[in-house]
Amino acid sequence: MRYAMAVDTKKCVGCSDCVVACQTENKVPIGYCRDWVVEVIDGTYPQLEAEIRSERCNHCSNAPCVRCCPTGASHIVNGGIVLVTPGKCIGCGACIASCPYDARYPHPEGYVDKCTFCQHRIVKGMIPACAAVCPTRCIYFGDLDDPNSDVSVKLKKRKSKTLIPEAGTRPQLYFLI
Amino acid sequence: MNQFLSCMTNRRDFIRITSMGAGVLAVGGGFYQAARAFSGPGKTSEAILDLARTPTYCEICFWKCAGWVYRNEEGKIWKIIGNDEDQHCSGRFCPRGTGGVGMYYDGDRLKTPLIRTEERGKQVFRETGWPEALDYIATRMKSIRNAHGPESLALFTHGSGSTYLSSLMKAFGSGNIAEPSYAQCRGPRDEAFMWTFGEEVYSPEITDIRDTKCLVLIGSHIGENMHNGQVQEMSDAIDKGATIITVDPRFSTAAGKSKYWLPIKPSTDIALLLTWIHEVIYNEYYDKEYVEKYCTGFDQLKEHVRNFTPEWAYGITTLTPDLIKKTAKEMANAAPAVIVHPGRHVTWYGDDTQRIRAIAILNALLGSWGRRGGFYRPARQTIPSYPVPEFPPLRKTWQDLFPGTYSLAGGVVSNALIDASIPENKPAYPIKGWIVNGTNLISTIPNQANTLKAIQNLDLLVAIDTMPMEITGWADVILPECTYLERYDALRTGPHRKPAIALRMPASDPMYNTRPGYWIARELSKKLDLGQFFPMEKQEELLDWQLKQIGSSLELMKKTGVITFEREADDLYFAPDEEVAFATDSGKIELYSAYIEQLGFDPLPKYTPHEEPPEGFYRLIYGRAPMHTFSRTANNPNLTDLMDENTVWINPKVAKAWALNNDQYIRLRNQDGVVSDFPIKIRITERIRWDSVYMVHGFGHAQKQMKRCYGRGASDTQLITRVMTDPLMGGTGMRGNFVTFITENSDREAAS
Repeated sequence: MRYAMAVDTKKCVGCSDCVVACQTENKVPIGYCRDWVVEVIDGTYPQLEAEIRSERCNHCSNAPCVRCCPTGASHIVNGGIVLVTPGKCIGCGACIASCPYDARYPHPEGYVDKCTFCQHRIVKGMIPACAAVCPTRCIYFGDLDDPNSDVSVKLKKRKSKTLIPEAGTRPQLYFLI
Repeated sequence: MNQFLSCMTNRRDFIRITSMGAGVLAVGGGFYQAARAFSGPGKTSEAILDLARTPTYCEICFWKCAGWVYRNEEGKIWKIIGNDEDQHCSGRFCPRGTGGVGMYYDGDRLKTPLIRTEERGKQVFRETGWPEALDYIATRMKSIRNAHGPESLALFTHGSGSTYLSSLMKAFGSGNIAEPSYAQCRGPRDEAFMWTFGEEVYSPEITDIRDTKCLVLIGSHIGENMHNGQVQEMSDAIDKGATIITVDPRFSTAAGKSKYWLPIKPSTDIALLLTWIHEVIYNEYYDKEYVEKYCTGFDQLKEHVRNFTPEWAYGITTLTPDLIKKTAKEMANAAPAVIVHPGRHVTWYGDDTQRIRAIAILNALLGSWGRRGGFYRPARQTIPSYPVPEFPPLRKTWQDLFPGTYSLAGGVVSNALIDASIPENKPAYPIKGWIVNGTNLISTIPNQANTLKAIQNLDLLVAIDTMPMEITGWADVILPECTYLERYDALRTGPHRKPAIALRMPASDPMYNTRPGYWIARELSKKLDLGQFFPMEKQEELLDWQLKQIGSSLELMKKTGVITFEREADDLYFAPDEEVAFATDSGKIELYSAYIEQLGFDPLPKYTPHEEPPEGFYRLIYGRAPMHTFSRTANNPNLTDLMDENTVWINPKVAKAWALNNDQYIRLRNQDGVVSDFPIKIRITERIRWDSVYMVHGFGHAQKQMKRCYGRGASDTQLITRVMTDPLMGGTGMRGNFVTFITENSDREAAS
């Protein structure tokens, strides 16, 4: 099993519903976020192109945050989801420094927090809160080992990319372009 | 993100739209020294997924999506999720609806009734209880009625509270009930479609975007205006390969998803539309059978647009003839599955009804009205009203205030009521009292000085709201309404593809000393001896009675939240040979409007040049952000977290000429010398034309009691002092204002 997510940049309007849905679902304190939206504009008026991306932890197969964690708080569970055990985290911040995607933040209660792919929902057969709420249905989630999963189907049909592939992290957050 | 920012060229914008996660930026001592109160791994317990839920429909905007309010382990409101059965949202709320919990938890809410103790606008109030506040209002309402007549009381309203306060007004004898959503927003489009097709486009709009092959947006920024169902359907249309054509001086989000973006010179849209009509007619792209069968006035129209060639439009719109021709052909190829979108906030240049008439005419020529992928025929479930006595006949209406003006207006023109509150305008009768519910008139109505002057002439100003807004600061009495999460409201019965109803019920008791709109109207009615108009003590009794008339009940409705009915007939679109009787004078689609001509206006739309910005000034264009609604959500903690100030978008060429920097704060001064109260941050971006600047509406709040949003960003409304009023229906055109930049004394510290 290998969970992954694909975000359709052609459909995303950058509304940030994924952000607020994650915040309420996961009780992320106001002022922090586990996911965010990036807008990139290329060109000169009026020859312009836009790309809008909903970003979050890439749940890397080769995760530097897990390798550098001194306590084992950062770890990988079934399906390749990278998680943090708050009780084991000493808040040293090594993982924050090691993450090329800036996906982790220091929770005010003293541990490092990040996207969990809503693991608590996945185990109930639900999709992550960001994917479930998205009004444009631009976030696809599923198991890459299942060729019929939403994410497998989309990645097969469409051109996609990952962010900073040169970091060698083997990210599992794909962007349909 | 710094590593990205530093390597960017000036031809590349890169922004992180949502908050950075303050902690990431502030990764200093605070974090490392933080006391660690571990809550343990139980933070995301699975048990939280199956908690009690109650139905609601959203009140954060007018789309009214139905959803479920979930409560946490302590029984407190936790999250709101869309109702899968609801056509408005298909189970998915927008960011504002998802963040609706913030409206409930906002600690800056109005908490108890307040009575003014010093002069108006000084904002000195004393707390009081409901009996005194309501007595105060009822006494003054009666004295206005005795001195001037009941029609001298006006209601300005938006949202669910309107239902009951409107009944109260009618029972009192006044029909002066204005929704700024008419003359400050959709009015021109309602009239234009009404006098072309005999029908308006409703809300949610009857645009069949889901099945369209070509969606044409004229300044309409779907995706930034988060009208949920439309955004969802546009996304579906993108999936299905539909063509999007966007006309906008700004590279909007929708423009970024468009096959064709027409970066038009602002204020020249009618020239483009007339040229498209010319192309469609003279290239014989139009639907001949449809036009023959359903339309009148084609020959006059054909003659009217004879000279409006793409070459003519080029000089006006700056759009190349090739682009205009190609896009006309593209629409024709998709017809009838094409939508030239009517827009929603369309009060721009004072000739707005005529502009939307051109849009309506273009749709008619393409045969999209009543066709799949064009405009569908809506259906609505009617719910019987509980029998109450007949309202007294109106002695005078708003049209009697300034006879002969705005003769096409089908709604009450809010600005006419405001003008009639100023004695020197010599209205036929005076407006002496305002009840203002759920609309922050100071941010809603352009020309603030005029609104404030009107306020100073009133005998009574009541503000009913959930939040302390600018308008509540001017009130004599403030009544704190509870939020939509704490009340029942009337059933939602708006039209859609299938008839449907939705229930809103409280997920919590009202916090603080707040009350729902129904209760407020009913208690006031009793004090005015009008109690017979509100026979039910509680709204749930009324809802139960209504639901039982259609074979349901409140108990049943609580379980589903939404009931969707089947259409009576399979008539979502016109049948191939259908004889359609349009509700116009001629019974046909009126390309040429004899009625509008009879009123003394152009029977066919004309292009009139509008004033251009003087040297050193830029046209002020404003719009929406997907995470905010008007100015009302600016203090919502969840939504402020996504966007806590607006920025002024400036083209890089302009920024260079003025030596302006990204993230620098400046003030804006308009053509009348009005300077923005607060500085606004610069966003230098290729997304805006060099002759315009852009900002999101609804920021720059001057109400200190809204602590999160006070002084954040600039208010576009403050800078809109020149109003181009639509003579047909009174719409307040707001895009004829120009601003320049003030860099001195404009840093953030200077503001606070």
